[in-house]
Formats: sequence, C-alpha cells, structure tokens
Amino acid sequence: MRSNQVAVVGAAETTELGVIPNASQLQLHADAALNAIADAGLKLSDIDGFATAVETPQQVCHYLGIKPTWVDGTSVGGCSFMLHVRHAAAAIEAGLCKTVLITHAESGKSMIGKAPRSIPADSLQGQFEAPYGVYGPPSMFPIPVLRFMKTYGITHEQLASVAVVQREWAAKNPRAMMKDPITIADVLNSRMIAYPFRLLQCCLVTDGGGALILTSADRARDFPRKPVYIMGTGESVETPMVSQMETFNSSRAFKTAGPLAFREAGIAHKDVDHLMIYDAFAHLPLFGLGDLGFMPHEETGKFIADGNTRPGGKLPLNTNGGGLSYMHSGMYGMYALQESVRQMRGIAPAQVPNATISVCHGVGGMFAASGTIVFTNER
Amino acid sequence: MAEPQRARPKPTPETQHFWDGTKAGELRLQRCDACAHVYFPPRPFCPSCASRKVSIFKASGKGFLYSYVINHRPAAPGFTPPYAIAVVELDEGPRMMSNIIDCPQTPEALELDMKLEVAFEALDDKITLPVFRPAKG
Repeated sequence: MRSNQVAVVGAAETTELGVIPNASQLQLHADAALNAIADAGLKLSDIDGFATAVETPQQVCHYLGIKPTWVDGTSVGGCSFMLHVRHAAAAIEAGLCKTVLITHAESGKSMIGKAPRSIPADSLQGQFEAPYGVYGPPSMFPIPVLRFMKTYGITHEQLASVAVVQREWAAKNPRAMMKDPITIADVLNSRMIAYPFRLLQCCLVTDGGGALILTSADRARDFPRKPVYIMGTGESVETPMVSQMETFNSSRAFKTAGPLAFREAGIAHKDVDHLMIYDAFAHLPLFGLGDLGFMPHEETGKFIADGNTRPGGKLPLNTNGGGLSYMHSGMYGMYALQESVRQMRGIAPAQVPNATISVCHGVGGMFAASGTIVFTNER
Repeated sequence: MAEPQRARPKPTPETQHFWDGTKAGELRLQRCDACAHVYFPPRPFCPSCASRKVSIFKASGKGFLYSYVINHRPAAPGFTPPYAIAVVELDEGPRMMSNIIDCPQTPEALELDMKLEVAFEALDDKITLPVFRPAKG
C-alpha cells in the first residue's frame, strides 16, 4: 500500500469510559460512532464503508441506519481495529468506498448485551488447553513470561516497572481509570493473579468504545480536524493456542506485522516520536520493543526500568496510561489507536511535543494476532 | 448441586487417535512421511509441507518444562488454586499444555528446563488426560 493516501478524519471514544451501567454494548458502538461522526463534521448518510469486530457489521449498521457498500468484520481479538484501518485504507485506495467508519465497543465490566466468551469442548483449545485449568486471559497470556525472562535475563522488578511508568502517564490523563502513583513495591506486593503476574501487571476490566473515520488524503483537507495520515500498516496471525506459539522468546505475529508497517512507511526506529504497544499484561511492551526491532529483547526490561518510556523519556510509550491504567474493555486496540490519533492531532492530555510519527502496535488473543499502524501528521 | 467439573475435551475425527492413545497409556504424536516433521495438535496432514501422508507413533513421553504460570485467580472449575498451567516441550519437538503432578506448585519447585515424563489421569471412561511429573533419575 502507498503511504499517506488515506487519513483519519474523525476519532472519538464513548462519552463515558470505565463503568457504564446504563448502556448496552451495541449502544456503546452507537455512542462512539455518533461522537466520531460529529468530530468529523459528517452525517451518518456520508458513511459508505463500515468495519467492526465481535459484533457483526450488519448488527451495528442496522442499529445506526448505515447503508454500506463495503464492510469488514475481521475479528481477531483486540487488534482487529488495526487490521480494519489497514483494510479500510486499501479499500479507499481501490475505490471500493469513500468514507469508512470503524467502531469498537465492549461492555466488558457491566456485561450488558455482551455474549460470554466460551471455548467449545471439541475445538483444539477445548481439547488441548482448557482441560489444564486455563480460565480467561490472566491464566493464559502470561504463560510465556517465565521463559522470556530466563532467555533474556529480565527481572521481576523490570516487569513491575512497566506498570509504574504507565501509571505516571495515566496520572496526566483525566479520563484514565487509575491515576494514583504506584511504586515497584506496590506492584510486587499486589494480589497474586497468575505467577509471575500480580494484579497491577494485569489490565483493567472496563466498559467503553471508540470509533474512527477514514477517507482519502485528498478529501481529508476539507475536514474540520487536522488529518492524521496512514503511513504504513502490517498484520498477521499466528495461533489461537498460546501453547503452540513457535517460541516464547518473541511473537511471530508481532515480528511479521511490525516490520511490515515500518517498511511500508519507509521509516527507521529513530524516526518514531510516539509509540503505543497494546499492554493487556506487563510483558507485552517488552515483546513489542524487541519484536518491532527497537532494541534486542535483552535490553527491553532495562530500557523501561531506566525511565526511557516515561514522561520526558526518549521514547514515550503508552501515553494514555495503557490497558494497565487507562482502560481495557477487553479489546483495547481501539483505545491505542485513539491515543495515537490524539498525539498526531496535538491534543493528547499528555501531549508529546512536536511529535510527527506515531507507531501503534496491537495484539489479538494471546499473541494470536497482530496489527501495526504507522501514523503521521505530515504529508 | 454437582461440583463444577474440569473442562472435558470432546474428540473430533482428527483427534480421536490421540485420545484413544492416552486411554491406552500412550502419548501419540504424528510424523510426516514426506518431510519427517513431527507435530501436534493432531491433523491428517503435515502443517510444514502439506503432505497428507502422515503416520501416528507413540512418543517417548519425555520432555522438559518450557514455561508456566501458577494460577491463583480466577480458578477454573474443578481446580483448587494455586495450580500450575505448564507448557512442556517434548523430546520429539512439539510442545503441549499440561499440568505438573507430584510436585509442589511453587516457583521454587517448578524449575524451567526440569526434565519431565508423561503420566495419565483418567477423567472418565472416555477421556484420559496426559499430564507430566518430574522425571525419575
């Protein structure tokens, strides 16, 4: 795909984030969509392309009254929205549609109008993982951590520092769920969830949503907001079974999607002003920094513990507070994209001064899938 | 009310040989007749070279502890926390999720790379799960 041919011209989250007991998951999609439409200065009837995950495109389109000529229901977990951005950019370039709306919403905490996740007993996961006591992401996602730590000499303190640093960012963000400062000791003394991870190394569980509107870069100039261009994109999947990853020392999906996006954007790592790495759990930023090629995996723990990703550091990372402190409805990728767009618009609560390139990297499932978007505000 | 039960696998035509094996006290893997790739989970073709000529064989049942978590909460039905959810690398190459028995469920006792051997735990008259214990000697 060619760089900077398509732009984000509308971006918004749900009116509220956190605990939203007065709206169903479907209504949260609509709330986010209507906010994004207003942000872009559009009408619903202007939307001719639509993408969403978990809920079907037909469900959300009917609810909103959208009549699309292009839809994408790619649903690969929390990074689905990165893949939607990539697919939408390709569709707009190919002339299949002009204005794409991407929505995410999840009643992850209140569970209103949300189907429970289940593992069929005759699926491969149901036969070869579920019988061993896996029960939700906290029991599965950290399974690679001990091997990763041993291979690269990563310490428990370094993995705790991920949560500490992200809380520093969250403190600057009025919409973040958790804003009180925490220390390494707080993290290492918090309730054990699945050794080696404790409560403060696991994502929040919240309600919320977000929506993006994309159109061609040529049209983007006429919109009220500063356009944020799609500079590079990548995607991949590996396996729905964490036990079957090629290795626990890296993520094959990360190593495919990330470099693909960098190559397409034609950028080097030193060009990156702002970085989002989907942090459902504290090890993901370490995998991401290594697999995206910012540094050898061995250096990732020390890099974060030394403060390089905190406010004022040389590589601002997860500047909304991340899934650990900002919000995590279950599929966090949309919120990472929203923060990248805010940073590129120059309106983020913890704005990185003069940032022109933002990399937004997502994960789906337990390293099952990945999507990477490189954004820029310069064309 | 009945005690909540541990999740029970339901075999499919492609995996039935594996579950027949565990019931007979064998850990069965598959090897590609064309490229010799050994793989898991079961399927009637090679995920490396796509050949449909594959054979089922009895694995050694030996391996080592590749990684694990010790799950505290929430606990799965039928499990009493804390319990380890492990990934074992078999001597033949493939990895599989499992539990480690005859071993304290602690970071001190569960050392990465420790040698393990398969054991079998019957859930009912249809399903026997392969689990692992520290290897003797």
